[in-house]
Amino acid sequence: MSVERDVMEYDVLVVGAGPAGLSAACRLKQIAAESGQEISVCVVEKGSEVGAHILSGAVFEPRALNELFPNWKELDAPLNAPVKRDELHFFYSPQKSFRFLDFMIPKPMHNHGNYVISLGNLCRWLATQAEGLGVEIYPGFAAQEILIEDDVVRGVQIGDLGVGHDGQPKDGYTPGMELRAKYTLFSEGCRGHLGKRLIERYKLAEGADPQHYAIGLKELWEIDPSRHEQGLVVHGAGWPLSVTGTDSTGGSFLYHLENNQVVVGLIVDLSYTNPYLSPFDDFQRFKHHPVAAKYLEGGKRLSYGARAIVKGGLNALPKTVFPGGALIGDDAGYLNFAKIKGSHTAMKSGMLAAEAVAEKLKAGSEGGDVLTALPEKFKASWLFDELDKSRSFGAAIHKFGALIGGTINWIEQNIFGGKAPWSFRDLKKDHETLKLAKDSEKIIYPKPDGKLSFDKLSSVFLSSTNHEEDQPVHLQLKDPSIPIAKNLPMYDEPAQRYCPAGVYEVVGEAKDKRFQINAQNCVHCKTCDIKDPAQNINWVAPEGGGGPNYANM
Amino acid sequence: MKALVSVKRVVDYNVRVQVKSDGSGVVTDGVKHSMNPFDEIAMEEAVRLKEKGKLTEIVAVTIGGAKNEETLRTALAFGADRAIHIKEEGEVQPLTAAKAFAAVLKKEDAKLFIAGKQAIDDDANQTGQMVAALLDIAQATFASKVEVDGNKATVTREVDAGLETIEVDLPAVITTDLRLNEPRYLKLPDIMKAKKKPLDATTFADLGVTPGAGFKVTKTVPPPTRSKGVMVKTVDELVAALKAKGLL
Repeated sequence: MSVERDVMEYDVLVVGAGPAGLSAACRLKQIAAESGQEISVCVVEKGSEVGAHILSGAVFEPRALNELFPNWKELDAPLNAPVKRDELHFFYSPQKSFRFLDFMIPKPMHNHGNYVISLGNLCRWLATQAEGLGVEIYPGFAAQEILIEDDVVRGVQIGDLGVGHDGQPKDGYTPGMELRAKYTLFSEGCRGHLGKRLIERYKLAEGADPQHYAIGLKELWEIDPSRHEQGLVVHGAGWPLSVTGTDSTGGSFLYHLENNQVVVGLIVDLSYTNPYLSPFDDFQRFKHHPVAAKYLEGGKRLSYGARAIVKGGLNALPKTVFPGGALIGDDAGYLNFAKIKGSHTAMKSGMLAAEAVAEKLKAGSEGGDVLTALPEKFKASWLFDELDKSRSFGAAIHKFGALIGGTINWIEQNIFGGKAPWSFRDLKKDHETLKLAKDSEKIIYPKPDGKLSFDKLSSVFLSSTNHEEDQPVHLQLKDPSIPIAKNLPMYDEPAQRYCPAGVYEVVGEAKDKRFQINAQNCVHCKTCDIKDPAQNINWVAPEGGGGPNYANM
Repeated sequence: MKALVSVKRVVDYNVRVQVKSDGSGVVTDGVKHSMNPFDEIAMEEAVRLKEKGKLTEIVAVTIGGAKNEETLRTALAFGADRAIHIKEEGEVQPLTAAKAFAAVLKKEDAKLFIAGKQAIDDDANQTGQMVAALLDIAQATFASKVEVDGNKATVTREVDAGLETIEVDLPAVITTDLRLNEPRYLKLPDIMKAKKKPLDATTFADLGVTPGAGFKVTKTVPPPTRSKGVMVKTVDELVAALKAKGLL
C-alpha cells in the first residue's frame, strides 16, 4: 500500500519527551539564542501528553538541572521534597530485617541534596520550558519507522492512525507524516523500539558487554499524615527476592513525597532464574513487610505502573552515534545503577548531544553525518566519571548476590572512591538466565488482601491505560507457535508472570491451549521484549496516544 | 454563516478519577486533561457543516485558566478558524458559562451555537439549554443528526422513546449526543497549523457577565466499593440468599 505522506523538515528531531529528549531540546534552543543561530527543534512523544508514559522512583539529583536551568527554583520546577533522611534495610524474612547504620551505606546511595519527585511532573515542567524556548512538542504521535536513506538516518515516520486489527485502513484512516531532520536524537527510554533497531542496524553494541535490565514496579499512595515523614528515603535489599544467593536480585524503595504521598516500589533484575517468579506478586507481598506496612497501613493507593530499567552502565554502553543522529538517555543506557538514578544522567546526555549538534549546525553542516564530538564530550564530562566509578555495581550483585555484592560495592565506593583495582563484568544476557520449569521450584504467592496488596487487573486499572481497541496487536510474535510449543513446556510461559499488566495469558484446556495477548492492557514497560527466553516478542509502538496515562508518577 | 462552538477542558476520560481525601472535590493536579468528548463531537459536526458549505466560519470558545489554551488549540486543529479564550481561574457554574456564551454569540452574530450535550466532569447538561433561554432562541438538544438549510436546521434528537426530528429556525442552539458522528483523528500538520491561527482572550468583565454561584458543592465522596460476590452452589441457596437480603 503506497500512501502519500505529509513531510515536515526540522534541524533537529527528538523522539521521546522524557528527561533526555526535553533537556536536549531546551539546550539546543538555549545555545541557539546565545549564539544567534536559528535551530528548529521538534519533539514527538507517543504518550497522550508529556509525562503520560514517564515512570520513575524518583529520588532526583539536581546536578544536570542546575546546569540547564540554574534558576529552576524561580521557574517553579516541581522539586518540593528535599531528601532529609536515608534508611537502608536488609530484609531477611517476610517479617524481619536489619537497618544499616549510616556509615555502612555505600556513598552513591547517600541522598542529601537530592529531591523526592515525580519525574512525570518534572517532564511536564521541562516541556513547558521547552515550549517557552520555541520547541515544538507533539504528544500523541508515535514514531513508528526510522527513515534511513543511503545508510543515513533522515528522521522518522509517524505511525498511521485508523488502521484496523486486520491491518486494513478504517474510516478516518490518517497516514502518519514523515518528520525529517538534519539530526535525529532518539530518547525513547529503556529498550526503545527504534533504538533497538538502530543498535542492530549500525552494530552499535559491538565491543560492549551485553546490556542488562530490571523491571521496576511502582505505586503512589496517600497515607495517614501521622505516618508521613516528608523527605524520608527508604531503600531495601533481600526479601522478597533472594536473601542469599543470586537467583533473583534487586531492591525495594519507599519515598515520602509532599502532600502525605508516598511512593513504594520494587526493582527486580531481569537476570532472575526461576521462571515461576512474578515481579508483580513479589512487589505486592513486599508491601506487607513491617518496614513498608507501617507507613502504608490505612492509606489509599492512587496509582500503579511499571517500566523496564536499563542498568548495564558503562560496560554495556553501546556506541551512541551513527550517521544522522544519536541515542541519548536510557535509550542508550546512561543510567547509574549504583545510585539507582538515571534522570540526571539522561538529562546530561541530552545536553551533551545538543551541544554536539549545535556545533555542527553552526559550522554549516547539512546534517546526516556522524556526531563525532559527542563521544569526546561524554568522555570529558562528569557523566563519564560518574558512570566509570560505578561500572561494576550491577555485575557484582549478579555474581555475588545482594549482601556480598553490596559489600564489594561498599568497599569500592567508600574505600576506593569508585576506582577499585578490579572491574566485574556480566556476560550472560537477561533472556538466557531462566532455568527450566522442571528444575525450578514453584513459587506460591499469597492472595492479595485488598488493603496493602492487590491483583493485577485492578492495578492496571489505576494506570489509566487505554489503547484504541481496533488496531493491529503491537506485541508482535516473530513465530506465533513458540509460546505454546516451546515456552510453555520449558518455562511454563513466563510471560504470564513477568508482564506487570496481565497482557499475556495462556488460556484453554489441555490440547487446546492458546496464547492470548491482551494488548490493550500494555503499560509500555518493554519487559517482554527483553525477558522472553526465545526473544520472540517484538514490541512496536501502537497507535499514538495509547498506553498508560500516569499522573504524578 | 458563522457557528460558535464551546469546548471544555476536562479530566481525560481514560483517567481513573480520585476524590480528594478532604472531600473538597476531585484530584485534578498532574492529571491528564483533554477536550470534553461531547465537545469533540460538536467540533466535528461544525467542521463537517463547513466542509459541506453550510458554514463559512467556525469560532471556538472556552472558559478557564491558562491551560485551556491547549483545548482551544485542539479545536483549531479540528478546523475552527479562530478561538476565543474567556479567562477565568475560578469555578464556573452552568448559568455563568451560559451568560458568557450568550454574550459572545451576540457579539459575534453567530447563527448557530453548537455544544456537547454535557461535559463529562460535572455532567450538568444545562449550559446549551440556558444559552437558548437567555437569548430566547430555539434549541435542539441531544442531536444525532443535523442538517442545515438556509435559515433552518433539521435535527434528529435522541429522546427516551426513540428518535424525534424537529425543525428549528436559526439562530439556534444545538447540543450534540454520542451518535452524531465519530470525530476525526487530528493530523500532525493540522496541529502545526493550529499554532498559528488567531486566538483572542477576553474576560467576564469585558463581556459584561458577573459570575454567580447558584449552588454550592458541600461534599464529594467516592461511590461505595462493591462488596465481594458470593458463589452459590444450588438454586435453593440462591433463593435463600436473596430472601435473606429481602430481595424476594
